[in-house]
Amino acid sequence: MSMISIKNVSKWYGEFQVLTDCTTKVSKGEVVVVCGPSGSGKSTLIKTVNALEPFQKGEIFVDGISVGDAKTDLPKLRARIGMVFQNFELFPHLSITENLTIAQQRVLGRSLDEAMQKGMHYLDRVGLKAHAGKFPGQLSGGQQQRVAIARALAMDPIAMLFDEPTSALDPEMVNEVLDVMVELAQEGMTMMCVTHEMGFARKVANRVIFMDRGHIVEDCSKDEFFGNPDARSERAKQFLSKILQH
Amino acid sequence: MDFTQIVPAMPALWEGMLLTLKMLVLAVSGGVALGTVLALMRLSSNPLLSGLAKTYVNYFRSIPLLLVITWFYLAVPMLLNWITGTFVSVGAFTSCLVAFMMFEAAYYCEIVRAGIQSIPRGQLHAAYAVGMTYGQAMRLIILPQAFRKMMPLLLQQSVILFQDTSLVYAVGLMDFLNTARSKGDIVGLPHEFLIFAGAVYFVISFGASTLVKRLQKRLAV
Repeated sequence: MSMISIKNVSKWYGEFQVLTDCTTKVSKGEVVVVCGPSGSGKSTLIKTVNALEPFQKGEIFVDGISVGDAKTDLPKLRARIGMVFQNFELFPHLSITENLTIAQQRVLGRSLDEAMQKGMHYLDRVGLKAHAGKFPGQLSGGQQQRVAIARALAMDPIAMLFDEPTSALDPEMVNEVLDVMVELAQEGMTMMCVTHEMGFARKVANRVIFMDRGHIVEDCSKDEFFGNPDARSERAKQFLSKILQH
Repeated sequence: MDFTQIVPAMPALWEGMLLTLKMLVLAVSGGVALGTVLALMRLSSNPLLSGLAKTYVNYFRSIPLLLVITWFYLAVPMLLNWITGTFVSVGAFTSCLVAFMMFEAAYYCEIVRAGIQSIPRGQLHAAYAVGMTYGQAMRLIILPQAFRKMMPLLLQQSVILFQDTSLVYAVGLMDFLNTARSKGDIVGLPHEFLIFAGAVYFVISFGASTLVKRLQKRLAV
């Protein structure tokens, strides 16, 4: 059964079309990596999945619920999908503990005890339990991103969206975040990741999507994507040759 | 110059200062609350809401405060009479308070709007992504950060309002300045009393402004 299903989605900013007829799906337990040059619409596409970006045409279903339907309770749906952002977006005026518990309490209605227990469990999992009392500004970028992942996991999501989670990080901090993501993938979390980390894609992705100018140009298994480069489109070949050179 | 006569007038002057401060605190609270609502309206994607707020702000920023005070003194009882159907006397204090709140809200609105706009859009997205509604995202995530950033400006505007509360003399309220003026007239020492009042306004306003500047520096770090 597909957890996320995107059907013929198109989106315009005024006259400019950012997404053109995008169709793909992510099955339960599947890890799908979305890559492509900047401006290709990959971040926009992933943000349409939890309706942070509206779209004008097509349909998206998450766990059978239509995202574009005006009657859908979006906050309720979003609470079930975890999202990790390029710039972490921890809440800077709240401590790490509060970052982990606020939505559990206010959105899911959990008690403080339950929220704390859950929050600390995931903070421990990302290896940052000792930092619970600090504020986001006191942590490094890599640490902040790991807290952001823990914040999303504490909501018990049915799927996780990652929007370039490592591209704002110093090179030395990329791996600590990728390690957490690899572990998650290996545990069977349904994941859609916009990333250029091809090592990550090779390791855990089931499928790779390549986008260019708002189109999904390639959508195939990881083995096909990396193992059979001759069958790829010109644009994908060009892109891959550039990022895989080193 | 004989400043000794101010001492026996102190209890009355203190009463006046209490009225001034009471008016200030209530007007700032109401003005910031109304200003925040106006700012949210102005930032709304609904053209009717944002248009209404914009008109309100432009209107009140384009007329003199003294006009609003005198006009509301006449208009508020009439309006209440029209709404409730019975004659209610609201008194000068309440009508002045409403005038200050509504007038200052226009200025607070612009400060709050800039504060909200200074918070990166990603914060709103992050709040939505964990399932918060618009109201929760504003109340729990955006406004607390915005208020922190705009605190110096809000305080500075409130220092201006502190001085402007003296305009209540127009409807006969005995605030600090009006009390000083009238006491000075009674004892025949208007200069001394006005100089004293000026010194008090200066010390409070200048002191508050200096504190605000210090706060600004600390928040900037």
